[in-house]
Amino acid sequence: MNELVAAERGLALPELQRCMQKSRAGKIKTAAKSKNRLAVRLTVFVLLGLTLCGFATFDYKNIDLLAAIAGTLDNARVLFGQPRLMYTNGAEAWTALLVSFSLGALSTIFGALLGLLGALFCAGNIANPIAAGIIKRFVSLIRAVPTILWVLIFTVAAGLGSVAAVVGLTFHSAGYLTKAYAESIEEMDSGVIEALKASGASFWQIVFQAILPSSISYMVAWTFLRFEINFINAIAVGAAAGAGGIGFELYMAGSHYFDLRELGWITYMVVAAVIALELLATKIKAKVG
Amino acid sequence: MSGDRMKKTPGSKEKAAVFVARKRNFTIAFLGVFAVFIISSLATGYDVAGGFAAVPKAVHWMASNFVPDEKAWSRLPNILAKLIETAFLSVAVTVCAAVCAFFFGLPGTRTLKLNPWVGRAVRIIAAFFRNVPDVVWAMLLLFSFGQNILTGFFALFFYTFGILTRTFIETVDEVSADCIEALHAAGAGDLQTVFQGILPSSMPEILSWILYMIETNIRNSTLIGILTATGIGYLFDLYYKRMDYASAGLVVLSVVLLVIAIELLSNQIRKVIL
Repeated sequence: MNELVAAERGLALPELQRCMQKSRAGKIKTAAKSKNRLAVRLTVFVLLGLTLCGFATFDYKNIDLLAAIAGTLDNARVLFGQPRLMYTNGAEAWTALLVSFSLGALSTIFGALLGLLGALFCAGNIANPIAAGIIKRFVSLIRAVPTILWVLIFTVAAGLGSVAAVVGLTFHSAGYLTKAYAESIEEMDSGVIEALKASGASFWQIVFQAILPSSISYMVAWTFLRFEINFINAIAVGAAAGAGGIGFELYMAGSHYFDLRELGWITYMVVAAVIALELLATKIKAKVG
Repeated sequence: MSGDRMKKTPGSKEKAAVFVARKRNFTIAFLGVFAVFIISSLATGYDVAGGFAAVPKAVHWMASNFVPDEKAWSRLPNILAKLIETAFLSVAVTVCAAVCAFFFGLPGTRTLKLNPWVGRAVRIIAAFFRNVPDVVWAMLLLFSFGQNILTGFFALFFYTFGILTRTFIETVDEVSADCIEALHAAGAGDLQTVFQGILPSSMPEILSWILYMIETNIRNSTLIGILTATGIGYLFDLYYKRMDYASAGLVVLSVVLLVIAIELLSNQIRKVIL
């Protein structure tokens, strides 16, 4: 790659010759051995090795793999092929979907507000480096705890219900959006901020007049991406933490009634909602961008 | 520039119009978000004040109950065994899904110029696997696979496969366009193009995504574990339901340390390869 890069950037010939490596026979090596390439190879080999190691150590409990796959395919045919509702009706299911959607929306709004605040104090080009370092470490600590664990922790503290779900989902969203927003801000042209600083603009003037207008399109894109993730997560915590919404209906259909057809109907509903959300996001992003 | 001169510049009216439009758009966006907020609060019965009050309460509760005690530390070997299993699982899932996603995604790339209908089909199938929640996969697999590690494996696999197919298509289109053109011009066949052009040139980006998905899958596997009674998620659920919060706290701590370790390692690898 080195030669290609050098040629592309129009480097001088001696530079190019230095980059070029020849084998003992004097042939030009087409693949330059660089640290970068070695690291890529090493990473690939380690990952493959870990995968094989994993497969070798898993406890399969003597499962009959072929029978299980055949059974799953049969079930998948029923699930996706014959969807219908039985234990709930359409209105109930749509209301549950609205609840999941709302859990996702609330946690995205709170997460975005906290994330914006966090990003302003940890983006490399505007923040105090010491404060930025502390916030970045704190945020990665928050992100490291799985969302479902946050929700379960808050369920004990705040009781089962929407508060635990929203606060639990917000934690991870805020951590994620802080990082994403900070990266959008860091991509900004540093000259603009310097010019504003030199002309005596205050921190908040810089934020509202330069940073927000120039990175708002990235931020909106990240926020909608997170909204989609939060919607899916709201479904997941509804199923695993009993936080209500369509996730809970999924859990009941799958683990209580063992009704694949109902599971299928709800699945299609969720997929339709996610796709609608994606389309809406694309439209709004096009307007902002 | 003094205010006096600013008034006289011919563009000042347009400039003012830009600011007015910006203000109007901001107001519309604010009202829109506020409406969503109100509707969502009503639909879920969310209590804003209660939400804020819950945070300090939860922190206090965590600080007093989640601290591992002696009994919890005695469970450490058990927790570590499950943690290692989860780490291996998420690496294995991500690598398998990445290999499948790469070859499945190739016909979907614009740069390879294959049949556009095949490309469209690839994208739709990827979108399907991406959008069906992993909860559904877990439920479906639980019927035939039971409480087995393979249930978790496939549930994570389908979702990872869907995400990685889309990102790999985008990566290949972004990174490898020039080198594919060059190789085609030099008369390389499709297979040669893939192995000599696309794979080497997009490998760093692809690896970066794989590392990210490994980290994500460790977090997701706790959720899948709770639903399918496997891995580290099951262990957390077990202690949590027994109200043995000290042990549950140790599980959380071990997951956090694992995720942070993988994140740090990934960042180091990214620094070298990208």
